[in-house]
Amino acid sequence: MKVKVLCRNPDDYVRETTRDIQRVPRNYDPTLHPFEVPREYTRALNATKLERVFAKPFVASLDGHRDGISCITKHAKSLSTIISGACDGEVKVWNLPRQECLRTVQAHEGFVRGICSRFCGTSFFTVGDDKTIKQWNWEAPGYGVREEPINTILGKAVFTGIDHHQREGTFVTCGQTVDIWDEQRSSPIRSFSWGVDSFSCVRYNPVETELLASCASDRSVVLYDTRESAPLRKVLPFMTNEITLCFSLYTYDIRHLDVPVTVHMDHVSAVLDVDYSPTGREFVSASFDKTIRIFPKDKGHSREVYHTKRMQHVICVRWSADNKYVLSGSDEMNIRLWKANASEKLGLLSAREKAATHYNKKLIEKFQHHPQVRRIARHRHLPGDILKQKRELREMREARRRKEQNVRKHSKPGSVPLLTEKEKHVVAVVE
Amino acid sequence: MQNENLVQISFFNQLMLVHPRKKQNERSEASVQVSEYFVNAEGTGDKVNLSDLLGTVEKTSGASNKTKKQLRNLQSSKETLELPLNKQQTEKIQRGIAYEKTTAEVSCWKNIILQNQKAEQMVFPLNQESSGPKRVEQVVAGWKVQTPLEQEIFRLLHGSRQPVNDPVLTPVEEQSLKAMSLEEAKIRRAELQKARALQSYYEAKAKREKKIKSKKYHKVQNKAKRKDFLKQFDEMVKTNPEGALEELKKMELSRMEERMSLKHQNSGKWAKSKAIMAKYDDSARKAMQEQLQMNKDLTQKMVVPSDDEHESIEEGLETVPDFVNDPETVIDPVNPWMRGQLTHEEPERRTRKRKSLENLKGRGKPASEVVEEDVVEVSDKEEEEDEEEDVSEFNTLFRLMRSEKTPGEEDEEGLLSEGQIRVRSIEDLEVLDEVVEPRAIEEPSAPQTAAAEATSEPPHKKKREINLKEVLTKEAKAVRLPFLPTVVDEEERDEQISIIKEAFAGDDVISDFIKDKSRQEAAGRPAVVDLTLPGWGEWGGVGLKPPRWKRKRFRIKTAPPPPRQDQKLPDVIISEKRTASVASHQVSQLPFPFQNTAQFESSIRTPIGSTWNTQTVVKNMTKPKVVTKLGAIIEPMVKEDFIKSKTTSAGDLVFLSNCPEKINFIIFFCCKP
Repeated sequence: MKVKVLCRNPDDYVRETTRDIQRVPRNYDPTLHPFEVPREYTRALNATKLERVFAKPFVASLDGHRDGISCITKHAKSLSTIISGACDGEVKVWNLPRQECLRTVQAHEGFVRGICSRFCGTSFFTVGDDKTIKQWNWEAPGYGVREEPINTILGKAVFTGIDHHQREGTFVTCGQTVDIWDEQRSSPIRSFSWGVDSFSCVRYNPVETELLASCASDRSVVLYDTRESAPLRKVLPFMTNEITLCFSLYTYDIRHLDVPVTVHMDHVSAVLDVDYSPTGREFVSASFDKTIRIFPKDKGHSREVYHTKRMQHVICVRWSADNKYVLSGSDEMNIRLWKANASEKLGLLSAREKAATHYNKKLIEKFQHHPQVRRIARHRHLPGDILKQKRELREMREARRRKEQNVRKHSKPGSVPLLTEKEKHVVAVVE
Repeated sequence: MQNENLVQISFFNQLMLVHPRKKQNERSEASVQVSEYFVNAEGTGDKVNLSDLLGTVEKTSGASNKTKKQLRNLQSSKETLELPLNKQQTEKIQRGIAYEKTTAEVSCWKNIILQNQKAEQMVFPLNQESSGPKRVEQVVAGWKVQTPLEQEIFRLLHGSRQPVNDPVLTPVEEQSLKAMSLEEAKIRRAELQKARALQSYYEAKAKREKKIKSKKYHKVQNKAKRKDFLKQFDEMVKTNPEGALEELKKMELSRMEERMSLKHQNSGKWAKSKAIMAKYDDSARKAMQEQLQMNKDLTQKMVVPSDDEHESIEEGLETVPDFVNDPETVIDPVNPWMRGQLTHEEPERRTRKRKSLENLKGRGKPASEVVEEDVVEVSDKEEEEDEEEDVSEFNTLFRLMRSEKTPGEEDEEGLLSEGQIRVRSIEDLEVLDEVVEPRAIEEPSAPQTAAAEATSEPPHKKKREINLKEVLTKEAKAVRLPFLPTVVDEEERDEQISIIKEAFAGDDVISDFIKDKSRQEAAGRPAVVDLTLPGWGEWGGVGLKPPRWKRKRFRIKTAPPPPRQDQKLPDVIISEKRTASVASHQVSQLPFPFQNTAQFESSIRTPIGSTWNTQTVVKNMTKPKVVTKLGAIIEPMVKEDFIKSKTTSAGDLVFLSNCPEKINFIIFFCCKP
């Protein structure tokens, strides 16, 4: 005889561990759970509020330098190590989790103008005001042994910046010219110049590793390809008469240099340094207005602004390789460590915590257009003087716009064209 | 040895004599071009003319006269070459070419960038190898046989067709995998099951039939068999002519036997006795006739019928499966299990029983007896019928299952396009547009019927509620709903009606409501603004109307507002006023990516929380766009990993509005203090 019984799978009602919550079978009948929109809206509002409450981005401050920080670089292979160069020629190697200085080197006389790490993480290069390029070992010398560079190259002029190739043993420096060096040689294997301007900064493209860009002192940007004998193109952004208003960053498409893709405006003073996040979705900028800002790559305004009372003009900024932190070095001899997402909880999260954060994020995103949510989410505190400057700038911009409108109104139709913000910002592309 | 040395030295001296060593140029000041090895070519300062070089050609005998002549011509010609482009222009051209090249190279990232932008989720670091234990096949894949022993083993393994690496299945297994998918296997299994059931049933039937002693029964059976056989034979002629021929031979044999024997020729004992009875008994006569007919049939020669005739016969005789005639009553359209006969076969069974009873009666048993012993008495025949029924039920169910599978595939589209949007009302359906499903409409029917119940209930609850229908004199809009059967005492009802009528004699709720609504509608309508100034520009006074042109010009009509939401709902007033307390929480403008309000509203209306959705759905919906791993270094993309071959050319450059992530450079205004 066959006996049929009801059988239940214990997986459906038994929890996996005793620390887990009891599984409750749910009925998803919509009539049992009414008012889904108002309820979710309330949750979204609460999530937004909590996000602002927990937004405490400042993690740590590393002090020890005896002059303003002029440059910072990350270790290529280790997340916890950074090096910083100061204006008195001192280079310090830091351990981030322990927040302490591991090693101090008097690298140059005068400023340390640039530091870069070799891709393999065995050595790093520094350039300084004493016209030298020095290569240092990452490993500290043994006890009683003098700190000495592996290699020193004496140049003819002051070098102002340095960057290393992603995968090969070549690096690039800038100064009077942009020079490409082989690590094995004491003279540059190629040098580019365009006109007589000197250069203040040079960077390799991390993906298209043969491409370079440099900033010249005539406020132009020059593109290079290391495989070519001549530079590629030169862009002169922003107009001279508008210079007082231009504390913006510009994103260009290499292929279309005549108009910037995005103009990122929010700073109220000159921008001194910029660094992309490793995911390529955002970048951080350091400014003379004592703040650092985080911009989404395709948005015109920043999503975050960091400042503290004691932080002075921020000279350099870096985004950590795991996309979680931002490092900033400023005039008042401190390196500061910030969270890239201000309200993110650090450390390992349990599955339920993770799910809750994801849900809250999604809720905020869903209701982002609702005025209350937006109001709370967008609110940031700014120091009084920056706020004042911001208002001033806005007023000036407004006045300029008004004037333009008036000119347009009183001139022949079509003679004063309507320009978008992007179009205003390019003067010339030199071929 | 010494001789050789001497010769060399003398040769060297000779050389020295011919070209006495010049004084080495020494560097006195920093020059731009400093050779690394301090090697200076001899005669650096001297200039070499073409004629100097060509002079020797004239003397050499090997050169042909033709070339000599050409060279002489060349020397004598006075034309000069064009100047090369100046440095600036050459550089510009070089730069232009280099830029084009770079542009083309860079734009091969286009697809990857687009793909990454569209990706629902990006997990950084990219291209990460999965941590944790690897599968054995992956580990083994790189391994190669080296020693002879290994080779031997390898060969053996291959010989036995055992899998060595990646696919861990023997060829046989693979074939079997290929041969049958899960679906097919299921169908096949069901078919086999059915066949087995049928077989066992037939076996049981045959066994039972064998036991039956009734001659009449067997006679009938034989007749049926014969008919069956004939049918089969007809079919055989078509399908299997050789078999048919064999059968034909057999039939011929049986005919011969029949002709030889006296079996059906009314010559037996039985026939003789019947012949005596035939005078008086009709049935006996008939029986004799039958026997003769049988003889005739059996001795008749087989005639192979022509094709079309055959077809027509076949059409008539074609076995139709019993389920064709069964009416397919649908009790519950939602539940496919209710479509079979199992539940509602009761009446049918009863009729069948009755038939069998009649049969029994025909056999001559008293009816009362049969009725009393109903359960015990049920004859073999009926049991058999029951069983037959079971099988047919099985058939129908099986058929249903099969038939359901095919529309299921058509439905798949609907299943896939299953959105998050919950349909509750007709407005929602309009928003959905393409996801309209009949089942979706069924949902609201449940509350409707509930409402109907509620309306039909009041007569039971006497005093609490007022039946509007009975109170109100005006006819309301008829709503057709399935009412539950209500049983109300007529007298009570009348009494109640009279009471209610008395109580609400003066009220006319509906007309009040209609008035109220029309008033609100009127308030919502834009009023005509009259700006006419009587007497302005014309004569004024009592009783004078402003002229037509003036009225036309100064009476301002505004455009009518959008139709009210309750325009087509006679029994409802929907207030469209904006409440201030809520307004601060409402979105005043349509946000950017949305194109109309319906879109935006639907995006808001879809809940994402776990209160309304299952766990997996919530997980999918709340997936973050960018995932990074704690403590993992995110390296920049490596070109070789992502771009296999350079396919894009400079020709297909398209501007990307939202631009490459890493190709862009950020430019910043740098003025260090």
